[in-house]
Amino acid sequence: MAQAKMAQAMDPKEKIARRVAQEMRDGYYVNLGVGIPVMVADYIPEGMEVVLEAENGMLGIGPYPYEDQVDPDLINAAKEPVTEIPGTSYFTSADSFTMIRGGHMDVTVLGGMEVDEKGNLANWTVPGKKLRGVGGAMDLVSGARRVIIAMEHTTKDGQPKIVKGCTLPLTGIEVVDLIVTELAVIEVTPQGLVLREVAPGVTPEAVQKVTEAKLRVAENLKTISL
Amino acid sequence: MDKRVANADTAIEKVTDGATILMGGFGTCGNPENLIAAVMRKGLKNLTCVSNNVGMADFGLGLLVSEGRVKKLICSFPGLNKSCEQRVLNGEVEIEINPQGTLVERLRAGGAGIPAFYTPTAVGTVLAEGKEVREFDGQKYLLERALRGNFAFIKAWKGDRWGNLVYRKTARNFHPTMATAADYVIAEVEELVELGSLDPDSIHTPGIFVDAIFQGTKYEKKIEKLVLRKRA
Repeated sequence: MAQAKMAQAMDPKEKIARRVAQEMRDGYYVNLGVGIPVMVADYIPEGMEVVLEAENGMLGIGPYPYEDQVDPDLINAAKEPVTEIPGTSYFTSADSFTMIRGGHMDVTVLGGMEVDEKGNLANWTVPGKKLRGVGGAMDLVSGARRVIIAMEHTTKDGQPKIVKGCTLPLTGIEVVDLIVTELAVIEVTPQGLVLREVAPGVTPEAVQKVTEAKLRVAENLKTISL
Repeated sequence: MDKRVANADTAIEKVTDGATILMGGFGTCGNPENLIAAVMRKGLKNLTCVSNNVGMADFGLGLLVSEGRVKKLICSFPGLNKSCEQRVLNGEVEIEINPQGTLVERLRAGGAGIPAFYTPTAVGTVLAEGKEVREFDGQKYLLERALRGNFAFIKAWKGDRWGNLVYRKTARNFHPTMATAADYVIAEVEELVELGSLDPDSIHTPGIFVDAIFQGTKYEKKIEKLVLRKRA
């Protein structure tokens, strides 16, 4: 009961980040995208060594700097100064994308605008909106062993983001393995989307109501435990 | 052999209107600040610039774009640069978006004598339009062409008169690759050191790739976004 109450008080983004952090394992090499994904770093369990990669050429990203530690030559992919940790290494962008595209990342966590029944992902641009680039997103989804999408379940207007078929410009075809929202954990399988976990107090029907794609409820449906 | 030149203005004597210039840097990190400022001063225009980002409107490449000096941009993420957006949407500046990994691999190929290569990145997306697709071992790949420049503007931390270069932290990014992929490569360094003082095991760009080198001055090293950790 107390745990459910604590979970309810939490900001949705924090809920998502905390649940995604549970997918981490000691010794994983992970790329965390801008937005909710990068918050996952704050919830990696004490003592678990997960090596975070920045696409601009760094492995072993440390915390944000104290004011006297700020170094403009030491930034993450969001262009914010960060710090080193024991084991940090620097390398070229070419080597970075060798790691990314060459299947060396254990997990990549990205935000999403739309994910569909086949695991297609749209997360880089909206037609008609202002000019946007793609950065490393398309490479990240093409190479990672596991792609987790960390996103809120619906748009600001309450529209489903987990859809039958993506209508927004795609980032990658059939690339998503797991979707984590504040309401649910959904696995992408060759047979379609499987609802594996629901947030405390949330029913599968409630999740299906705000999901356009058909969800098959797992036999051993669990409750998200943060 | 002495590749040293006096300054950025001397270094860009060969650069003319319409040139294709590779510019290293990730956001405002590791920008060849002196060279870009020299291009501004010289009044060069109709440039094609290859750079991961365009950065801030009033700094570096963003400034060249705002000032109407750039005809075409090849980049992966133009960035939150309103002036750049305006010129592109008006049709004044042509823009070609490449996925970041594809961009750097095109440059690597361009420097390595590889005319084209296949990548899984962007298959099935709008960036695959017009590109050949081929299947290998049951997976689809896009054919991408090598990319080279007339000039490359490289920013490094230290260098010597042979053009050997060492970079610092994440200011390295695209520079080592771009240094291989242009007809004339200019390096600006924070410190020019004696030949022999750089540890051979630690040289990031062997001087063979570099044509001219000078010691830069007054680096601004802008920070785009600052998040500080609070002391307890």
